[in-house]
Amino acid sequence: MVPALAITGLTKTYGNGFTALKGIDLTVEQGDFFALLGPNGAGKSTTIGIISSLIQKTAGSVSVFGCNTDTQFSQAKQYLGLVPQEFNFHVFEKVFDIVVNQAGYYGLPKSQAVSRTHELLKQLDLWDKRDTQARMLSGGMKRRLMIARALVHKPKLLVLDEPTAGVDIELRRSMWEFLQRINREGTTIILTTHYLEEAEQLCRNIAIINDGKIAENTNTKELLKRVDSEVFILDCDIQPNALPPLAGYTLTQSDENTLEVEVKKGQSLNTVFHHLSQHAINITSMRNKTNRLEELFVKLVNKGAA
Amino acid sequence: MNIQQLWVAYATLVRKEIKRFTRIWVQTLLPPVITMSLYFIIFGKLIGERIGEMSGTPYITFVVPGLVMMAVINNSYSNVVSSFFSAKFNRSIEELQVSPTPSSVIIAGYISGGALRGLLIGIIVTTVSFFFTSVAIHNVFITLVVIILAAVLFSLAGFINAVFANSFDDISIIPTFVLTPLTYLGGVFYSIDMLPKFGQVLSQFNPILYLVNSFRYGILGISDINIGAAITGLCLMVVALYSVCWYLLEKSHRLKQ
Repeated sequence: MVPALAITGLTKTYGNGFTALKGIDLTVEQGDFFALLGPNGAGKSTTIGIISSLIQKTAGSVSVFGCNTDTQFSQAKQYLGLVPQEFNFHVFEKVFDIVVNQAGYYGLPKSQAVSRTHELLKQLDLWDKRDTQARMLSGGMKRRLMIARALVHKPKLLVLDEPTAGVDIELRRSMWEFLQRINREGTTIILTTHYLEEAEQLCRNIAIINDGKIAENTNTKELLKRVDSEVFILDCDIQPNALPPLAGYTLTQSDENTLEVEVKKGQSLNTVFHHLSQHAINITSMRNKTNRLEELFVKLVNKGAA
Repeated sequence: MNIQQLWVAYATLVRKEIKRFTRIWVQTLLPPVITMSLYFIIFGKLIGERIGEMSGTPYITFVVPGLVMMAVINNSYSNVVSSFFSAKFNRSIEELQVSPTPSSVIIAGYISGGALRGLLIGIIVTTVSFFFTSVAIHNVFITLVVIILAAVLFSLAGFINAVFANSFDDISIIPTFVLTPLTYLGGVFYSIDMLPKFGQVLSQFNPILYLVNSFRYGILGISDINIGAAITGLCLMVVALYSVCWYLLEKSHRLKQ
């Protein structure tokens, strides 16, 4: 089975001499939900720009479902849908027209374009806004409009560049559900995001790009296994006085009713709970201090910078 | 893309362009009617009656082809330059760049939109001229060929201007400092026979002179230039400008980093 995306030796040097990509290789399998992570300026948007033909590459090759973007660009583009980071539609055009016109650019006959637009605007809760000019939409609606536009020609690979940036939590969750649904239905998805929780929740595979190179490219579960330790925040229903030390664990009291405990690989939270209950400290709730992937991401990026 | 898909993409782009200039008709269709009516009243009627005849034709009738051509040139040019620059400015051009629509169809779509606006304005201005004078067309074929060539040529020029423009100021520089002087000096209001020898030679380098005179020949049957050579030259210019547009769309760092 050909991969949904195959990138080989991709290099990009801009006119000002800055090399954004230093010969990256990347493969995304069909049906995958893939995250491309990296700090600002790492090369994520340049990679997406080259995949979608908005940026000219300096060297290397890109294939979408086996179609080379240089020699079979028409077919490769038919397979691809792009949701860019910045809003890039004509603000005076109506929502319905923006989506229908995009279908036309892919050669979809008017009747098909109209019915597909109906379907997508309803799925993405934009139907009531179909006759509204795009400039009148809220930020979240504009993001959903770009998703509808990118899906109108039924692409097999959907690339989203920070799709939930600046979107409220409720909308973010509904966008996650939508993306998970279309992924289950067969669309391969690649997304870049700064919300590592998003990558952890949604993506089966993750590549971390740093300084124009792939720093890591693996399965999300495998990546998370590499987390050496996790810090948990424990809320107590009574004020813990004279916190008893626990050998092998770092247990600290951060405020009156809150404890922090660092659990290293191989250690168990049961030991911590047992120890605390012996000292009559009841735990009412528990959460991670930071996202696990975030810890790992910072380590990998810092290692690359060192 | 197969032929049918290419046609759908082209038709979509043309429909979008027509929608754009008809939606803002107060800015696009109305001003030429007012401007040209004033030209007909002032230059045609008030001053024209004192001038009498030009090249054996009443002055108001003499200026009609030139004024129609002037309106077609300005509107074809400004439609494409403003539409394509806006698409570049708000990045909606990316809608086309990510799609499989080839550069040739993108150019054809924008140029058709510009040419259609130019031709629509040409029809409106011609209709307005009937309120001031009566004009019988001398050669329909030449009239149509020349006006279509003019609309296409200046749409292509507008496209090139839009690619190079970095701000909205840049899209008005060429119309103000190049197009308007060339149009006024292109024989719209006079025959180049009236100019001194040096002026006549200089005018030969003005492409608008060939358009105005070819069009005037088509309508009135009078011209200062060789019509066959003029039409051939115009066709070559259309091919040359189209090639430049295609190159810019495919390769220019102004559209793709």
